[in-house]
Amino acid sequence: MTKEEKQRLRKEKKQQKKNKEKKDDNASQESEKEKKSVSSSSSAPQPPTQPATQKGGSSCCSLKNVHDMVQKVTLILIFPVVKRLPEHIQVDNPDVLKKLAKKLERQQIPLRLDYGYKVSLFSHLHQYSRKAPLTQQLSIPSSVIHPAIVRLGLQYSQGIVAGSNARSVALLHAFKQVIRDYTTPPNEELSRDLVNKLKPYISFLNQCRPLSASMGNAIKYIKKEISNIPSQCKEEEAKGKLLNCIECYINEKIILAAKAIAKYAIEKISDGDVILVYGCSSLVNHILCEAFEKNRKFRVIVVDSRPRLEGREALRRLVQRGISCTYVLISAVSYILPEVSKVFLGAHALLANGYVMSRVGTSQIALVAKAFNVPVLVCCETYKFCERVQTDSFVSNELDDPDDLIVTRKGKTQLEDWQQVPLLGLLNLVYDVTPPDFVDLVITDLGMIPCTSVPVVLRVKNVDL
Amino acid sequence: MELQAVLMAAGGGSRMTDLTYNTPKAMLPVGNKPLIWYPLNLLERVGFEEVIVITTKEVQKMMSADPKIKHEVKMKLDVVCIQEDGDMGTADALRHIQQKIKTDILVVSCDLITDVALHEVVDLFRAHNATMAMLMSKAYEFTETVPGQKGKKKTAEQRDFVGVDHSGKRLLFMANEADLEDGLSIRKSIMRKHPRMHIKTGLVDAHLYCLKKAVVDFLTDNKSISSIRGELVPYLVRKQFSKTTSSQKIKDDTEDQNQKKNDGHTNQELLISSRDEPLLQLAHERSCWNDHRGDMSEAYHGGKLRCYVHIMDQGLCYRVNTLAAYIEANRQASKLFEESPVHPSAVISERCQMGTDSMIGALCQVADKTSIKRSTIGNSTTIKEKVKVASSIIMHGVTIEEGCNIQGSVICSNAVIGRGADLKYCLVGNGQRIEPEAERTNEVIVGTDQLMEI
Repeated sequence: MTKEEKQRLRKEKKQQKKNKEKKDDNASQESEKEKKSVSSSSSAPQPPTQPATQKGGSSCCSLKNVHDMVQKVTLILIFPVVKRLPEHIQVDNPDVLKKLAKKLERQQIPLRLDYGYKVSLFSHLHQYSRKAPLTQQLSIPSSVIHPAIVRLGLQYSQGIVAGSNARSVALLHAFKQVIRDYTTPPNEELSRDLVNKLKPYISFLNQCRPLSASMGNAIKYIKKEISNIPSQCKEEEAKGKLLNCIECYINEKIILAAKAIAKYAIEKISDGDVILVYGCSSLVNHILCEAFEKNRKFRVIVVDSRPRLEGREALRRLVQRGISCTYVLISAVSYILPEVSKVFLGAHALLANGYVMSRVGTSQIALVAKAFNVPVLVCCETYKFCERVQTDSFVSNELDDPDDLIVTRKGKTQLEDWQQVPLLGLLNLVYDVTPPDFVDLVITDLGMIPCTSVPVVLRVKNVDL
Repeated sequence: MELQAVLMAAGGGSRMTDLTYNTPKAMLPVGNKPLIWYPLNLLERVGFEEVIVITTKEVQKMMSADPKIKHEVKMKLDVVCIQEDGDMGTADALRHIQQKIKTDILVVSCDLITDVALHEVVDLFRAHNATMAMLMSKAYEFTETVPGQKGKKKTAEQRDFVGVDHSGKRLLFMANEADLEDGLSIRKSIMRKHPRMHIKTGLVDAHLYCLKKAVVDFLTDNKSISSIRGELVPYLVRKQFSKTTSSQKIKDDTEDQNQKKNDGHTNQELLISSRDEPLLQLAHERSCWNDHRGDMSEAYHGGKLRCYVHIMDQGLCYRVNTLAAYIEANRQASKLFEESPVHPSAVISERCQMGTDSMIGALCQVADKTSIKRSTIGNSTTIKEKVKVASSIIMHGVTIEEGCNIQGSVICSNAVIGRGADLKYCLVGNGQRIEPEAERTNEVIVGTDQLMEI
């Protein structure tokens, strides 16, 4: 290794000499040389500290030779920009895990251990078992974590509260209880202390089930509201204000947004339509029920997939209202698509590059619909818009309990001992991303926008904040 | 605060009077620790810091004197004394301490010895926002011969019929054989909502309940309910499915008229609603989860009152309320803790044969040529030479003279067994003297004062 280092240092010295010569000729290259020296000094320490990027370092040197020629034209900073990756997609990095363990220990929250063999492509994500709840390691009358949050965490990990909107509403409900029971300790300010109190709760909820984008936005909003409380405000008044803010947020962003989206969507539903929906999206169900109330004549095809089989719940809700429905599994979607006139999809989050993150299987449906030239409409409230950028479903996803895939038919459970089979891994993905080419329209409470306008909405939102 | 623990230790041990006429049930030694130590240890291990103990003055005195409880139990014990001869049922006791109860409660009985993972029961209570969650366990057949029992024990124990749904967690039906006249009748409304029901009979109720605070408030208004197990639990299970409309037709209600009147005006009081109820409703509406499938109704069939049960199929769970259970518990108690079976202060001579499954208490004196197998010897007991003790329970302060042969017996505190006595499957009461060279088999030897009590 040291030989390579010496070679590299030699090469850099040569380059520096070249730079000096050129600098004498061209005074305008002074700034570049500074950047070069900074970059060379930064890349020199790079090889000893990051042995993994050794190869990257050497290729960087050859690039620099090319770069020398181009340096007159470009002012590119070539030292790497270190982006902080979130912890939950770096599970295979032991340092990150150690940091997480330390942080949780400080907040007195137990660490939830991963379960089972993870497929190597997804080994950077957490995989938990439903049979090992986090409450096993907590004391029973939970003193560190507010009981409402423990209850919420349990409901998340057992799937009793599932679905983006439901999770956000339940989270805000729990926060209301936390705020009600909160008392400011002496010599502390509510605006700072309450935010600190919420941090361990959020870590706990994250351990129970990774936070959704909508929950993340709600938490950001709450934290902002709390820190904006003026210090001379009395505690009761401040608490009242916060509770009011939460109510308003839910009212505006979820309930009224649903009404607005339904209004726009109903314009797009005409009589005689055959609408395809996938899984159980609370928003899409709401739209369809509203459209039915407004006497539109349509029928629905509900597409469902294992292991969650959420479509059954959607089917129940629609049939209860009187809508005529058909039920298929996702393997039959190309069979049923010739009959379909529109596809309505719900979204878990809308990413900043226009990709739609939704339940696994959505991108399949969008793809097949595109192949059949059937319009795909995604319905999503603006509070689910997220500043993340993702182009594939591997980088950031959620792994559910692999034992959910095990099924017992006629008394036989074939996959019972899947952990003993050495090369077998069970993968239960929760989300996938759909590229914007497959989505024709996004219906939000701000109107009907194309998928590529999401960053514009985000920018406008940020200006508001 | 999330849960308050309430320990019911005022029970009289009515099914094992031979043991309890001198020592209250809560202080009977099991594995050389008082019975009440076991539930206290369970609560402490799980993380409780305070317990409300409802007991009699006698037990309170003995508890404060007992070294095990004083030193090993770190929790704060809030002892509430009640009259021992008063007919106070467990629900009456809850009513008595109603002022102290500020949150949901966890009620435990003093005779419960178990190693259950308590979070299983409490998780059901939390996750489903249940009104009641309880613990049950598969019943254990006691195979040891019980002293004083003549012939095979007839199943005088009334069976309990417990109906659970397909997941095995939701409690649908609970009735005791004594309350059912001709047969088991199940209401159609239950069958319509839960078409698949598993009815189990071989379960023992561990008498561990998580109850919502609203239930305690309900008890204060309904003074007719006096026992948790006997009346409150079946009432709650039935109430899950009763109509909340004005018609109060409860068909298979065999309780008295009082009950119906109470149902009428307590319908509102048992409706557990929290603040922000509409928000909770919204969250559940938007969630795509349902606890059952196959019919058109929403999660939990829209019912607010829900009862859950956790049925243990592995692990220890004993309720020490009969003599057979007491003997079995003594056998298994050593498995529950890692202390050495022989107390360091006991003086045991080298020529004593002691099995590894025996327990010797503090300050014992065991002489030469004795053989102790599968037995529990209490504190301050003296065992002289050439004594054979097998499969027996010997309590504190007992003196056993030379040459005795004790098999399968229970010898209570401060008894004296004369030399050369041969006892097989006997129960020797408190402070009794067995004359030398006595030969007793399958007898209960108690004092005359006890005989008069019965």
